[in-house]
Amino acid sequence: MQRSNFNLAVSDIASGISSFHIWAALGWQEVMQRYRRSVLGPFWLTISTAIMVGLMGPLYAKLFQQDVLTYFAYLAVNLVLWQTIFQLVQDSCTAFIASEGYIKQMRLPLSIHVLRMLWKNLIILAHNFVVVILAIALMRPPLGLHLLLFPLAVFLFAANALWVGVLLGMACARFRDVTLMVTNLMTVAFFATPVLWKPQMLGRHEWAVNLNPFYHFLETLRAPLLGDPVNVVSWAAVGGITVTGYLVMLVFYSRFRARIAYWV
Amino acid sequence: MIRAKNLVIEFPIYGVKSRSVKNTVMHAATGGVLASNAADRVVVRALDRVSFEWKDGERVALTGHNGSGKTTLLRAIAGVYEPAGGSIEARGRVASMLSITVGMDENATGYENILLRGAILGLRKREILALVDEICEFSELGDYIHMPMRTYSSGMTMRLMFAISTSIRTDIVLMDEWLSVGDDDFSEKAQKRLMALVDDAKILVIASHSKDIIRNICTRVVHLEHGRIVDAG
Repeated sequence: MQRSNFNLAVSDIASGISSFHIWAALGWQEVMQRYRRSVLGPFWLTISTAIMVGLMGPLYAKLFQQDVLTYFAYLAVNLVLWQTIFQLVQDSCTAFIASEGYIKQMRLPLSIHVLRMLWKNLIILAHNFVVVILAIALMRPPLGLHLLLFPLAVFLFAANALWVGVLLGMACARFRDVTLMVTNLMTVAFFATPVLWKPQMLGRHEWAVNLNPFYHFLETLRAPLLGDPVNVVSWAAVGGITVTGYLVMLVFYSRFRARIAYWV
Repeated sequence: MIRAKNLVIEFPIYGVKSRSVKNTVMHAATGGVLASNAADRVVVRALDRVSFEWKDGERVALTGHNGSGKTTLLRAIAGVYEPAGGSIEARGRVASMLSITVGMDENATGYENILLRGAILGLRKREILALVDEICEFSELGDYIHMPMRTYSSGMTMRLMFAISTSIRTDIVLMDEWLSVGDDDFSEKAQKRLMALVDDAKILVIASHSKDIIRNICTRVVHLEHGRIVDAG
């Protein structure tokens, strides 16, 4: 029984991923739905990110006594990435709840609903990437071979978003307070993660950032873009989190996947 | 073929703490049988050890009061609810017509909604495109098909959603009440189309209160009470 539940969970994820044509259409539609009748569409988000970076860049460069141009690029990349992380975590909470209509009408691999929201956020990230490219063009960091690692970093990031989405989606469908708890935690996480500040600013306590999983994802994504050296610790951490995350997710998904339709 | 063996579907009820509430509901005239499961959670047993075997060619009508388990049984056949006990097996592709407007986007055009709904139903883009012309023609929307659906009258919306849902042929058709849409002229056309769909399907399962529908279409009437089959037809 346990065994077959595990197989069902794995095949749910696998057939979910292979139903690209379904979640791509749904994800795209969700982006369109939000921005229909607005001229700039998803670029509104890009603009708001740009304004935020433009205002906070000089301010925090001054506060932290950093070189404005370098800090500017650092902040731009970090903020864009953090927005994606934040939105992904938020949307994970409603991945199943918001798909109640579909879940109760037809049999689809449930992971499709998580992939849909993941795809939506990747589309929005692609729009926001304009800010990143602008920042890089301004600062002209010494880009090298390290840039080749960026696609891998994005892939691992997306892969992790999937297991987080499944786990959080389930937890929030069962216990509705989890959504609120997660929102609070993410606000705290923003300040606890080196988004505005740099790990070096902690001085001899710099090691502490290594305890923060968000930092490692930010680092593997950001460093290639800004021509910083490869951070082996972060890559190892991301690898470890990916494996552990999938194991934990599969255990819970095997056990509770069949209950989701009753919870939403 | 659809086969169920001792099928049990239970809904956990969260937030029901009070025993007295439980006891009160226990004696309600309609609805499933309430019980507490092992974890002392209150559960509604919506389907209680239901067994049947419906062969290809059967047209099954589900009858019974509100809350007797008709819709739950339809959803179990669609594969939405996994059984708490027993098993259910439906061989063939299932078309769930339980709600034909799921996934509709008011702000998208009719045309975009066809693509979207088609994708949800698992069709590839070229399969959907092959159906588009026919759907547009049947729903009689003309150039409105390129207008956002929020500009449609409710009749137009229903016509389009009906046309999309009935454009795909499947082995098993599930319906919660016979669909009827539109004014007189359209309604007649719609009935023909729905009949053609049902004729092509191997099995129809319909929850219905309409005596006419049951008499004219169905080959078997299954009566449910409190989540149990009391008359298997």
